[in-house]
Amino acid sequence: MGIFRMPSLGADMEAGVLVEWLKQPGDTVARGDIVAVVETQKGAIEVETFEAGVIERLLVTPGTTVPVGTPLALLAGAGETVVLPIPEPQPSVSPPPPMRAPVPLPSPPVTSPPVTMATAHPPASPAARRLAAERGIALTAIAGSGPGGAVLLADVERAAATPSAASPARGLDLAQMRRAIAAAMARSNQEIPHYYLSTTVALAKANAWLTERNTGRPPEQRLLLAALQLKAVALALRRLPEFNGSCIDGMFRPAEGIHIGTAVAIRGGGLVAPAIHHADRLTVDEVMARLRDLVARARSGRLRSSELADPTITVTSLGDRGVEGVFGVIYPPQVAIVGFGKPVERPWVVDGQVVPCPVMTATLAADHRVSDGHRGALLLAEIDRLLQEPGSL
Amino acid sequence: MTDADITVAASSRTITYRDAMREALRDALLRDERVFLMGEDVGCYGGCYAVSKGLYDEFGPDRIRDTPLSESTFVGAGIGAALNGMRPIVEIMTVNFSLLALDQIVNNAATLRHMSGGQVSVPVVFRIPTGAGRQFAAQHSHSLEGWYAHVPGLRVVAPATLEDARGMLWTALQDPDPVVMFEHVMLYNMEGTLAATTGPVDIDRAAIRRPGTDVTLITYGGSLSKTLAAAEALAADTISAEVVDLRSLRPLDGETVLASVARTRRAVIVDEGWRTGSFAAEVSARIMEGAFWSLDAPVARVCTAEVPIPYPRHLEQAALPQPAAIVAAVKALMGA
Repeated sequence: MGIFRMPSLGADMEAGVLVEWLKQPGDTVARGDIVAVVETQKGAIEVETFEAGVIERLLVTPGTTVPVGTPLALLAGAGETVVLPIPEPQPSVSPPPPMRAPVPLPSPPVTSPPVTMATAHPPASPAARRLAAERGIALTAIAGSGPGGAVLLADVERAAATPSAASPARGLDLAQMRRAIAAAMARSNQEIPHYYLSTTVALAKANAWLTERNTGRPPEQRLLLAALQLKAVALALRRLPEFNGSCIDGMFRPAEGIHIGTAVAIRGGGLVAPAIHHADRLTVDEVMARLRDLVARARSGRLRSSELADPTITVTSLGDRGVEGVFGVIYPPQVAIVGFGKPVERPWVVDGQVVPCPVMTATLAADHRVSDGHRGALLLAEIDRLLQEPGSL
Repeated sequence: MTDADITVAASSRTITYRDAMREALRDALLRDERVFLMGEDVGCYGGCYAVSKGLYDEFGPDRIRDTPLSESTFVGAGIGAALNGMRPIVEIMTVNFSLLALDQIVNNAATLRHMSGGQVSVPVVFRIPTGAGRQFAAQHSHSLEGWYAHVPGLRVVAPATLEDARGMLWTALQDPDPVVMFEHVMLYNMEGTLAATTGPVDIDRAAIRRPGTDVTLITYGGSLSKTLAAAEALAADTISAEVVDLRSLRPLDGETVLASVARTRRAVIVDEGWRTGSFAAEVSARIMEGAFWSLDAPVARVCTAEVPIPYPRHLEQAALPQPAAIVAAVKALMGA
């Protein structure tokens, strides 16, 4: 048996709005199934379960804002009955799930605390349902004015007319996202002693390799330099694991897997860095496919909880924005951020000859509590080395 | 005969539903010599609701024919006359008694065009008083319009206004197939102003008797005035009710009903028939089929209590749809 909780989708998240249940009591779920949609400052996130079982009860009604860690649903194994434990005090910062020690369930209480029973489907009229579907508005996000709180057509029209509510469930609230970025970055600069390194990486071999691999491919299947960069970072982290993990209360924990948070700029402003899981185990083609998928979903506000909860390092690339170098701010509780600048043609010495060569600036901002510049230099050098052997990536 | 022969008194006049119906009968008798009226007590007595009073004297026993108390016989005779080129108007004293003639109406009048491959027509009009409210007790007070509306081959109309009482009969007589016209007994004394020029009206379309925006009240016949009273009461509570008078139960003008419900997103059907298996159920189903995605509330019905209509006045009134019940049904839908 288990408890499905409001997940922490980043260190800056304190609470989330349960938007929609995608599973109902009696449904069997497997690990990784998407159970609910949660609205956060990063948009609407599909939340997966880490445990398998049968949904026993839904504890929270859609539309409710609850703190991180709050039980949302009870899961039971076959024939099991779950007893809701007494809510435990929530830590102010919840570490990402892979690094969290298993929390033993307290012994069953004598009396259960009152819980809000979920209504799986909010009462809503057919007319309201149709308009809400047309406008992409979740009924659960609308206050109903009809009998029994039923959502009526006029309620949906009102919600559709309110800009902030126009896409509350499946969209991005850029103002909220800006506040989230502000909180995380301010905390980063207050808490994390950054150091910065920079190196120039020749791209002739990488470009040649990409050109060869992309020959004959339609544009939507072509590999981009970004895929090579991500793969190179992932493989480099195998050798230098102190840049892949989290630092909480001054304690560094290396991560179990290499999940590269990939900074995606949102049109209209804002930024989100969902993870490409186990990037070191993926082929370059697979990395490219994940990247395309992530960018599309990030911009439509439809990411999954695990993608937001567990990046173990961030890679940011402003390459196509016309600057040569980017010195990132670490996203806590991560301990490093790797940046790639715009590829440019520069005079380069090859075998004693000055030749025009495409190059880019690779940077590292890292947490001095965890690593030193020497190790950071090794990381950048390893990334450089890997990019000179693109065939090995 | 020409239209010029039809007597019209002044530009408009005060008139009862009964008088309007009599005027329609007289108009038809004058216009078309194939038209004749027959039924129990329609001649010398002038009709048990006095609708045909005076017509016997004016048109004589050949065209205003008293019949034996045998519904099956005189209804069958009317069908036979229609088959042979006449335009009979057959009055059956009350819808309860029409059950004795149901075999003639359903098995003969409704079917013969179809069973003869279109060789014969049955252009008969049945005038049938219906409904409760006059303490005639259970054997004279029921509302069985929905039963007839079930039957293909029949056209079923329910004049609820003076204009329709005056205008529907002639149009019904022009129809080559049998038409059943239900006249609610509480309407005969209804008085109002009718324009002198009022003449034949269509019998195809429902009519919006009161426009509104919040809910559509769908009714017909004797319940129209109660429904309009309910709409007036709702207006005092700032609920704007649209009232649709179906006028024709078969064919049912779904277009008007669905368009109205699509505007108001709520529907209450008021029907003096019993709820179970009622014509109101048919209207409700049409709305579900055609306007489900426009609804803001489940369709509601206000029908007669499921009892044979009681004799005592207070029980009879309690059994029937009343404005207060209509208002309550609307408010329940609105959550008001």
